[in-house]
Amino acid sequence: MNPAYSVIFFTTASGAGYGLLALLGLTASSVGQSPSLAFVLVSMVLALALITAGLLSSTFHLGHPERAWRALSQWKTSWLSREGVAAIVTYPFALAFGLAWSGLYPAPDAIAPLGVITALLSLITVFTTGKIYATLKTIRAWHQPLTVPVYLFFALASGSALHLALSAFFTRDPGPVAPVALLSLGTLAVLKFLYWRAIDQAPRDRTMGDATGLGDHVRQWEVPHTTKNFVQREMGFVVARRHGKRLRGLFYILLLVAVLLELLAITIPLVSIIAFFIVFISAWVERWLFFAQGEHVVTLFYGNAQA
Amino acid sequence: MTALPQTTSKKLGLVIDLDTCVGCQACATSCKEWNTQGYSAPLADEDTRGADPHGPWLNRIHGYEVEDTNGKDSRVVHFPRSCLHCETPACVTVCPTGASYKRAEDGIVLINPDTCIGCKLCSWACPYGAREYDVQEGVMKKCTLCVDRIYNENFEPEDRQPACVKACPTGARHFGDLGDENSAVSQLVKERGGFDLLPEMGYKPTNKYLPPRAKRDTPQAGIEALPKGDGSAMDRLFKLADRLLSGN
Amino acid sequence: MSAEPAIALSPKTWDEIKTTTCYMCACRCGIKVYLKDGTVTYIDGNRDHPVNKGVICGKGAAGIKQHYSPGRLSKPLIRVGERGSGEFREIEWEEALQTATTWLSDVRKSDPKKLAFFTGRDQSQGLTGWWATQFGTPNYAAHGGFCSVNMAAAGLYTFGGSFWEFGEPDWKHTKYFLLFGVAEDHGSNPIKAGLGKLKKRGAKFVSVNPIKTGYSAIADEWVGVRPGTDGLFVGAIIHELLNAGQIDGEYLNRYTNSPWLVIDNKGAADHGLFARDENGSTLVWDAHKKAPVSTSDHEAARALMGRFTLPDGRNVATSFQLIAERYLAPENAPDAVTERCGVPADTIRRLAAELAHVAFKETVTLDVPWTDFTGRRHEKMIGRPVAMHAMRGISAHANGFQTCRAIHLLQIMLGTIDTPGGFRYKAPYPRPIPPHIKPTGKPDQIWPGEPLPGPPLGFVTGPEDLLLAADGTPQRIDKAYSWDAPIAAHGMMHMVITNAAKRDPYGIDVLFMYMANMSWNSAMNIPDTLKYLTAKDETTGDYVIPKIIYSDAYASEMVHYADLILPDTTYLERWDCISLLDRPISEADGPADSIRQPVVEPERDVRPFQTVLLDLGARLKLPGMTTQEGNARYPGGYPDYIVNHERAPGVGPLAGFRGAEGTQSGKGAPNPNQLQAYIDNGCHWFYELPDEHKYFKHVNKGYLDWATGFGLIGKPEPIIHQLYCEPLQKFRLAAEGHGAIQPPDGHRARIIEAFDPIPFWYPPFEGDRVDEAKFPMHAVTQRPMAMYHAWGSQNSWLRQILGRNWLYIAKERAHSLGIEDGDWVTVTSHHGQIKGQAKLMNGVNPDTVWTWNAIGKRSGTWGLKKDAPEAKQGFLLNHLISELLPEREGGYRFSNSDPVTGQAAWYDLRVRVEKSSDQSNISSPQFPTLNNLGVGQ
Ligand SMILES: Nc1nc2c(c(=O)[nH]1)N[C@H]1C(S)=C(S)[C@@H](COP(=O)(O)OP(=O)(O)OC[C@H]3O[C@@H](n4cnc5c(=O)[nH]c(N)nc54)[C@H](O)[C@@H]3O)O[C@H]1N2
Ligand SMILES: Nc1nc2c(c(=O)[nH]1)N[C@H]1C(S)=C(S)[C@@H](COP(=O)(O)OP(=O)(O)OC[C@H]3O[C@@H](n4cnc5c(=O)[nH]c(N)nc54)[C@H](O)[C@@H]3O)O[C@H]1N2
Ligand code: SF4
Ligand code: SF4
Ligand code: SF4
Ligand code: SF4
Ligand code: SF4
Ligand SMILES: [Mo]
Repeated sequence: MNPAYSVIFFTTASGAGYGLLALLGLTASSVGQSPSLAFVLVSMVLALALITAGLLSSTFHLGHPERAWRALSQWKTSWLSREGVAAIVTYPFALAFGLAWSGLYPAPDAIAPLGVITALLSLITVFTTGKIYATLKTIRAWHQPLTVPVYLFFALASGSALHLALSAFFTRDPGPVAPVALLSLGTLAVLKFLYWRAIDQAPRDRTMGDATGLGDHVRQWEVPHTTKNFVQREMGFVVARRHGKRLRGLFYILLLVAVLLELLAITIPLVSIIAFFIVFISAWVERWLFFAQGEHVVTLFYGNAQA
Repeated sequence: MTALPQTTSKKLGLVIDLDTCVGCQACATSCKEWNTQGYSAPLADEDTRGADPHGPWLNRIHGYEVEDTNGKDSRVVHFPRSCLHCETPACVTVCPTGASYKRAEDGIVLINPDTCIGCKLCSWACPYGAREYDVQEGVMKKCTLCVDRIYNENFEPEDRQPACVKACPTGARHFGDLGDENSAVSQLVKERGGFDLLPEMGYKPTNKYLPPRAKRDTPQAGIEALPKGDGSAMDRLFKLADRLLSGN
Repeated sequence: MSAEPAIALSPKTWDEIKTTTCYMCACRCGIKVYLKDGTVTYIDGNRDHPVNKGVICGKGAAGIKQHYSPGRLSKPLIRVGERGSGEFREIEWEEALQTATTWLSDVRKSDPKKLAFFTGRDQSQGLTGWWATQFGTPNYAAHGGFCSVNMAAAGLYTFGGSFWEFGEPDWKHTKYFLLFGVAEDHGSNPIKAGLGKLKKRGAKFVSVNPIKTGYSAIADEWVGVRPGTDGLFVGAIIHELLNAGQIDGEYLNRYTNSPWLVIDNKGAADHGLFARDENGSTLVWDAHKKAPVSTSDHEAARALMGRFTLPDGRNVATSFQLIAERYLAPENAPDAVTERCGVPADTIRRLAAELAHVAFKETVTLDVPWTDFTGRRHEKMIGRPVAMHAMRGISAHANGFQTCRAIHLLQIMLGTIDTPGGFRYKAPYPRPIPPHIKPTGKPDQIWPGEPLPGPPLGFVTGPEDLLLAADGTPQRIDKAYSWDAPIAAHGMMHMVITNAAKRDPYGIDVLFMYMANMSWNSAMNIPDTLKYLTAKDETTGDYVIPKIIYSDAYASEMVHYADLILPDTTYLERWDCISLLDRPISEADGPADSIRQPVVEPERDVRPFQTVLLDLGARLKLPGMTTQEGNARYPGGYPDYIVNHERAPGVGPLAGFRGAEGTQSGKGAPNPNQLQAYIDNGCHWFYELPDEHKYFKHVNKGYLDWATGFGLIGKPEPIIHQLYCEPLQKFRLAAEGHGAIQPPDGHRARIIEAFDPIPFWYPPFEGDRVDEAKFPMHAVTQRPMAMYHAWGSQNSWLRQILGRNWLYIAKERAHSLGIEDGDWVTVTSHHGQIKGQAKLMNGVNPDTVWTWNAIGKRSGTWGLKKDAPEAKQGFLLNHLISELLPEREGGYRFSNSDPVTGQAAWYDLRVRVEKSSDQSNISSPQFPTLNNLGVGQ
C-alpha cells in the first residue's frame, strides 16, 4: 500500500494524542487534581492539538473535505465511521475533563469519572482506527489479530512518552506514568516482533491463478495501460525486502534507545523529551512499514505472483 | 446505506468469455466514453499530453500468459476486469458515508457521487481493483453496470444494455440476471463452467468468467491420417482424373 | 434499506443523434454520433449497418478524443525556416490555394510527371486517382504498395478477388478456419464478430502466425511458423493432399484453368504459354475424342491430368499436371520443409488430413438451386466448409505474392472459393482475371497540359504493358511497372522519396502527399528518409525535392517536413463516400456503399481535402473539373462531386438511390437528393443478393448476368480461376530473351526465378542476402487493436492504453542471450541499430522478436509534450528496415520489395538482439525534438 504521509501523520499524531489523553484521564482519576495548572493546560492542549491535527490531516486526503461530516453516518457498519463518531464524542468529554481537572471549572468529583470516560473513549477511538485496518481482508498484513493491539500500544507508548516528557518539563518528576511508558514500549517491541513474525510466516497463498481463475502457471503478459493507474499507485507500492529489514532493525534500535532514555530520565528527567521524539519517530517508521508492507490482493492482477 | 440488502430481487451482472475475448479494448473505451458523460460524470484524466497520462477507467483489459504444465506450450488470455457487483462486498460496508451502496432491486453496487467524500477506503476493501479514484472530481468511481443505460427509456430496447456489452465485437460479454437460473447468462455459466474470481475472499461476485476452452489441436475424432506417399501419388491422381471423366 | 438515493435511470445525455461512418481505421463501420449542444458526447455502433451491425471497436469508441485532439492543425501553413525546422507562417486559404496552383500549373505545363501525387490512408482513391489522371501524371498511388499489394495482386491474378477486404470467410457456415499472418486487418470488426461466431458454433480455428496474441490467442491451434516460410508450410500441405488424392477434381476441372493445355517447348518463345486454337481460344484435352478442344466446349471430357501432343506436333501438359508434378516433388514433403518453417512434419500432415476431412466429409448443403455459366442447373449449393484468410504476415515479405498464390491454390484445390463455408467474394468482386484495366503512363501517354488517356494504376498482362521510357528505364518515379516490379498494381509509395532524392530515374518538382506519415512510421529507413527530404542540390542550393505539399489533419512528423500544409478536417466534419469504385464495404451477401456526413462544423480554419482537391483541379482547369466555360464543374465541392460525377454514363461514386427518383441501384442518372437519401438510410446502402446469387458468383450465371447489368463487370463471362498464371510466364519468357521488350541483364535472373506461373517458395531476400549467423533473428511488428498507425497516440484515451512499446522475445531465447524481462536491448540489422526495452513471453516463435507497430513517436509532434513515453521509451523498427536491399552483383540495389509486385518487404527484417550496455530508461535513436507547430499545449 502506498504510505500516504497524511495518513501516517494522522495515525501517529492522533495516536500519541489519544494515548496522552487516556493516560491523563487515568492518572487524573487515580491521583486527582493536578499539581500544576500549567502541566494540565499544556498537556491537555497538546493532546487535543495532536488529535485535531491528525484528524485534520486525515481530511486533507479526502476528495471532498467539506463533506467530511457525512462520514459520521454509517457507524452501524463502517469502522471508519465509528472512528469519526468516537473521535467526535471524545472531544466534549475531554474538554469537560480538562476543565474539571485543571480546576478552571471546579468540579473535583467529576474528575475521576470524566477521566475514566475520556480515557476509555480515547482508547476506543484508537481501537476503531486499528479496526479499520484489521478488518480489511484484502490486505493480509493488516488483517491480523495483532494489528489492533499494536495500534493501541503505540498510542500508549507514544502517549506515555509524551506524558513523561511533559511531567519532566513541568514537574521535574517522571510521575506515575514511567512504568507504563517502559512497559508499553516493551510490550510494543514484543507485539511488533510477533506481528512481523506472523505476517512473515503467514503463507502468501493467494496466487495470480486464484485471482484470475487461470491456474498455477499464469503470469502477467501485458499491463492494461502502459502508465500506472490509481490502483497501481495506491495499492501497488512495494518496498524492497532488504529495505524493509533495515527499517525493522531501525525500529527496534529506536525502541531500545527510547527505553534507555526513559530509564535515564529517571535520573535526568528532561531526557524524556528526547525519548518522546524517538518514540514518535519509531511510530513513523513502523507506520510507514505497516503501509509499505501491506500487500494488497489486487496486486495479483497486476503481476504479483502471490499475495 | 452501507448495510447490504438482505437479498436483491435480481442479480444483474456480466458474464465474460475468456475463450473469445481478443483483447481489443472496445469494452474499455466504450465504457470510458459512456461513463464520462453518463452517471457520475466525468472520468477526468491527468497529464493527457504528457509523460504520465492516466485517469479513472471502469474496465481494464489485462493480458496474461498461461503455460501448459509441461512449461512449453502456452496461451495468452485477454482478461477484462471491472466491478463484479459482489453480493457481500466489503467495499460497501466499509464506506463511512453511505455513498457506496448495493441496490436492493437489482444488486448493482453504486457510488453516490454527491455524498462520496473520497476517502478511498472502499478501494482498499475491493479485492478486484474495481474502484478507481477520480482526482479531479474528488470521488471514487466504479462500474455502474451502466445503470443509466439498462433501464434508459430513451434507448431502443435492444440498446438497453451496458455500453461494453453492446460494443464488444466478438460477443465475449454477456449481460443479464444471474439470480434467475433460467436466464441466458445463467445457462451459459452452467454450460461453460463459469467461475468466480477469488471465491475464498467471500465477496460472492455476481459477475462470472467463462474459462478458455481446452484447445482442440489433437486430431478430431473421425479424421483419418492421409495415406503416406508410396511413390504412386501420380497414379492416384490420374485415377481420380479418370473417375471425373467417367462421371463416377 | 430505504435510503437508496434516487438516480436518473433514463438520462438523455444527447439532444441529437446523427449517423455517419467511422474513420478511426479502414474498416469503415457505421456509427451513431450523439451530440449535445453541438458537442460530440458519445459514439456507438450503428445496429443497422452492414459492416459492424452495431458493434464498435476500441478505436472507434475513442473517436471523440481524436476529433477533439489538441494535436489538430487549424490553419494553412507555409514553411519559412529550413525544411524540417518546423518554422511555418500561418496563411489564408486563398494564399495557400494560389501557391499550390502556381506550383502545380508550372509542372503541368512543362512535364506533368514531375508531380508525384501519393496518398496514404486515402479512402477516396476514386477521386484522387481520377484527379491524377486529369492532371496528367502517372506518378500516383495510394498506400497499397507498401501495405498489401501482394494480397491484392495474388488474388486478382488467381481468382478475381482477394483477401484484404475484398472477400471474407463464410462465417456462418465455415467449419474450419485457417488464418495466416493476421493481427488485426482491415475488416477489423467483421473479423472479430466472425471469430465470435466460430467460437459459438465450435468451428475449428487455426492461426498460422509466429506470434500468439490477439486473434491467435483464441485460436484452437496455433502454428508458430517462422516468418517468411508460409510458402513451405502451405506447399507441404498441398503435397499431402495431392499425395492422398484429396482434391476437388470437379471444381478444378470446371471452374479453374487446371485442365487448360500449356505448351511444353523449352527454350522457345511459346514455352509455358497456353496452347490456343486459330481463334485464340485456349484448349483442353478431350479424353474421349483424344483431341484438343476449345475451353469453351463444356461438353468435352476434360482431362485434368496428362501430357499430350497437339495435332501440330507441339507437346502440351494440363496446368494441373504441372502443378501436381511440382508439389509432389520430394522437396515439398513435410519432412523436407519442417526444419526451415519451424512446424513439425506431423502437424503439417495432421492439418492436411483435417482440411481434407472437413472439405470432403463435412460438406455444407444449402437447398438453393443455381445455374452455372454453362447452363447446367445445380439443385443444391454444396459447400466445402474450409475458409482461409491471410494478410500482412504473408504480404509483407518479398515472397508474399507467390506465397499468397500458394494459399489460393490450396483453397481452390479444396474447392472452397465462394462455396458455402468457404471464402466468399464481396462486390464488385469477382472480376476478370486480372481486371481489364491497364496502367497508363507510357512516354506517349504523357503530354504537357493534357490528362492521361487512362488511369495511372492497372493490371499488366505482359511486358508490353510496362511503363518504360524509350531506353527501358522506369517511367514512374517509384519504378512501379518497370522491370524492378512489373506487377506493381498499387504503386510503390515507399520508394518515392528515396528515388526522388536520388533523381533515379529522374528528379521531380512537386511532391504532393495526403494522409501519409512518410517521414516516420510509414517510411523505411527513417534516418536517411529525413536526409532525402532535406537534401539540397549542391550547385543550385535548392532542395532536391523542390516543393512538398501535404495535407494532414494533425501535427504529424511529416507535417514538419513539408513546405505547404493544407489542414484537413476531422472525419466528423466532412463528406466522404465509400464507393464501389474504390475500396468498397460490400458484404459477401451483396454490394454496399456508404457516406460520411459532417456531424459537426469545424471551428478551425480547415477544409476537407477532397473539396480542396476539386478546387485545385478547377483552378488548374483540369478537364474533368472544369466546365466548358472554364468554371468549376463541382462548385459545391466533394458532396457535389459525389452526387453528380459520372465515371461512365449512369455510374457514379455511389450505387444506391440513383435516378431522378432515387429508385435505381448501380446504374442510373444522378439523383440530386442522393445524399439525403443516404442520410435517411443511416448513411449507407446495401443490396442483398437473392439466395441463388450468393455463392459460386464467379461461375453463377444468374449472378454474372446481374453483375453485368449492375455495372460491376463488363460482360457476363465466367471468371475461371487461373491456377497457372500465364502473364507471369510472359515476363519470364522476356527475361529468357524472347520478344521485343526485355529486362536489363542484371534483372533477368531474378525475373526468371520469381515469375513462375505456378506458385512456389523462395527465401525472402533480406534473409538470403545477409549473413544468417550475424543476424539470426526475424523482427516483425503487429497492429495493436486499439491503435491505428500513428493516429492513436494523440488520443488521450488510447495513449493511456498503449503509450509505449516493448520488444517481445521468447523467454528461453532471451535467457540464452542473457536478457531478462525489462532489460534494455539493442536490435541490429544490416542497416542500423535501435535500443528498446525487452519483455519476455512464451507465445512467440523462438527465432522471432516483435513489437507493436507505429507506437514510437518523434519528440515534439502530435501535440504531445516532449517527454511523452511514445518518444522517450517508444521505438520503431522502421529505422532498421532499409528501403533498398544490400548491393547485388553489379552494384544495383533493388528496392526491398517483392520482385513481382513491388510490395514493401517490411517483415523480411533480420536482426541480432543483445543486452544493451546502456540501461538508461530511454530508447534510441532519439531525433532532435520538433516544435509541434505550436499545437497541443
Ligand atoms: N487497429 C488497427 N487496425 C488496423 C491498422 C492499425 O494500424 N491498427 N492498420 C490497417 C492496415 S494499413 C493494414 S495493412 C492492416 C494489416 O493488418 P494485419 O494483416 O493484421 O497486419 P499486421 O498487424 O502487420 O499483422 C501481421 C501478422 O502477421 C504475423 N506475421 C509476420 N510475419 C509472418 C509470416 O511470415 N507468416 C505468418 N503466417 N505470419 C506472419 C505477425 O505476427 C502479425 O500477427 O490492418 C489495418 N487495420
Ligand atoms: N515497421 C512497420 N512499418 C509499417 C508497417 C508495419 O507493419 N511495420 N505497416 C505499413 C503499412 S501496411 C501502412 S498502410 C503504413 C501506414 O502508414 P501511414 O499511411 O503513414 O499511416 P499513419 O501513420 O496513420 O499516417 C497517416 C497520416 O494521416 C494523417 N491523418 C489522420 N487523419 C487525417 C485526416 O482526416 N485527414 C488528413 N488529411 N490526414 C489525416 C495522420 O495525421 C498521419 O500523419 O505503415 C507502414 N509502415
Ligand atoms: S468488485 Fe469490488 S467494487 Fe465491485 S462490488 Fe465487489 S468489492 Fe465492491
Ligand atoms: S471513497 Fe467514497 S464511496 Fe468510497 S468509502 Fe469513501 S466515501 Fe465511501
Ligand atoms: S457495465 Fe458499463 S460501467 Fe460497467 S464496465 Fe461495462 S460499460 Fe463500464
Ligand atoms: S470488447 Fe470484447 S473482445 Fe474486446 S476486449 Fe472487451 S471483452 Fe474482449
Ligand atoms: S473497426 Fe475501424 S471503422 Fe470500425 S469502429 Fe473500429 S476504428 Fe471505426
Ligand atoms: Mo496497410
